[in-house]
Amino acid sequence: MAVGSESGGGEVASPLPPAGERRSRREGLELYSARIPFRLKLAAVWATILTLLVALFAAADFDTAWMRDHASFIARGITWTIIIAVLAIVLACVLALFGALGRLSHNAIAVGVTGFYTSFFRGTPLIVQLFLIYLALPQIGIALGEPWATWLTLDVLTAGVLALGLNYGAYMTEIFRAGIQSIGHGQSEAAEALGMTYSQKMRRVVLPQAFRVIIPPTGNEFIAMMKDTALVSFLGTSIDQMEIFRRAQLVGKADFRNLEALLVAALMYWGLTTIFQFFQLRLERRLGKAYTRGTAGVSAPGQRAAAGRA
Amino acid sequence: MTEVLNGAADVRVTGLRKSFGTHEVLKGIDLDVGHGEVVVIFGRSGSGKSTLLRCINFLEEPTEGTIEVAGIRIEGGGIRTRAKRDRIRQVRIRTGMVFQDFNLFAHRTALENVMEGPVTVLGRSRKQARAAARELMLVVGLPDKADHYPIQLSGGQQQRIAIARALAMDPTVMLFDEPTSALDPELIGEVLGVMRRLATELRMTMVVVTHEMGFAREVASRMAFVHEGEIIEEGTPAELLGSPSRPETRRFLEAVL
Repeated sequence: MAVGSESGGGEVASPLPPAGERRSRREGLELYSARIPFRLKLAAVWATILTLLVALFAAADFDTAWMRDHASFIARGITWTIIIAVLAIVLACVLALFGALGRLSHNAIAVGVTGFYTSFFRGTPLIVQLFLIYLALPQIGIALGEPWATWLTLDVLTAGVLALGLNYGAYMTEIFRAGIQSIGHGQSEAAEALGMTYSQKMRRVVLPQAFRVIIPPTGNEFIAMMKDTALVSFLGTSIDQMEIFRRAQLVGKADFRNLEALLVAALMYWGLTTIFQFFQLRLERRLGKAYTRGTAGVSAPGQRAAAGRA
Repeated sequence: MTEVLNGAADVRVTGLRKSFGTHEVLKGIDLDVGHGEVVVIFGRSGSGKSTLLRCINFLEEPTEGTIEVAGIRIEGGGIRTRAKRDRIRQVRIRTGMVFQDFNLFAHRTALENVMEGPVTVLGRSRKQARAAARELMLVVGLPDKADHYPIQLSGGQQQRIAIARALAMDPTVMLFDEPTSALDPELIGEVLGVMRRLATELRMTMVVVTHEMGFAREVASRMAFVHEGEIIEEGTPAELLGSPSRPETRRFLEAVL
């Protein structure tokens, strides 16, 4: 009679008699499941996924000894991955800050330059930008003559950092702009009423508060960027400057152990991003300090959002 | 409109006009505030009284007219050149502003809020500013709330800290923009109490936009009624509250009292 929303369409179409028995068995299962702690169930799901993967790898003639032998070679790329990502995120943050201030200003030059910048770097693929900076800039340099030819011929590392920084800076301009705009107008007016200059107002009042809004999405950008450093591989580089992916490709191809090599690389990226998420969470908790009422347990909205993501 | 007895006024507003687009909010305001005077500005909402106050420290740029604070004269209207911006800053340094919704710096403690102006704008040392800020926390009656963040304070406490923050700049004149309008009724008294102390004990020059007629009667040296962008009546509290001469004033007072 009462066709509950939980019973599917198929059940309704099937003949009636066994429905009662079936429902009770299902109910029993539900009740049993409810008794198991959620965390335990979660662990079981993860364990199942990993077991399946291991089984799959075993079927593919997986060579763990090879992985162990070559992991250190691939791991030496971690340093370069981190160096590229850190330098590029610093550049991106600086660009995003000035980009956001420019887009919010009333100065035609600032609005125009930052508008062009964000439009171009958000409107073209990162890989194209990488090659433009690495391969096309020298051509412009040669046309301009010395000293431009020397200046615009960049090594892989510089080109990679520049391209990643410029590209992410353009996206992060929007993050910074939204963060700055999220700070109420009243805060600005209070600063101005005290007689602060524009830069004092920004440095002392608006930006410190905006950073709390900006940091969680910036952390996400950094995580994405750590993975995008792999694109720098396509420029080719000398062996001592290779990052994770390039090294994995190299040894994997040589011994036809692509699965093992790429898996090692993937695990390293995964490890890096997980470690970083941990630090990001702690930083956010510190920044939330001024926004918690007396009770220690209450967390700022940003914290909760980040906790959900981690 | 009014002659200030001892020559120099702390605030002198002359021929002030302000339009937002085609809508003219202020239609030629003249107002002098003498040293130590407390002038209460009142009127219907939308009459332009808040805009008048905000023009004094150029949070709104006057369309026309002159503002003079502590002897610094600025013409309204025109482009904000670097020189003009400097003068506006000088006026703001000498003007303490208290907002309807407090606008305390949310990322700073109460004490840091009070220290912010002296340290950043006046270049005082942190040590000196901290000592002065602690004294001001006493003046507003919140010596034990120094390390609280704004969100941990009640509206009344926040507004008292905001008053201390403005006082820390040692201003020539204090501007109050409906300082009690955002407060729960039971918290209004503590803020008015602090303002009363400023007027009677510190002899602070004050321009107060408010609907608190009790406060006006008790503390104001002069009152000005703003109606449709003009000051249509001005006088002592006894004159305005006792026997207003204009029907608009009378009607407004009947509504609020």
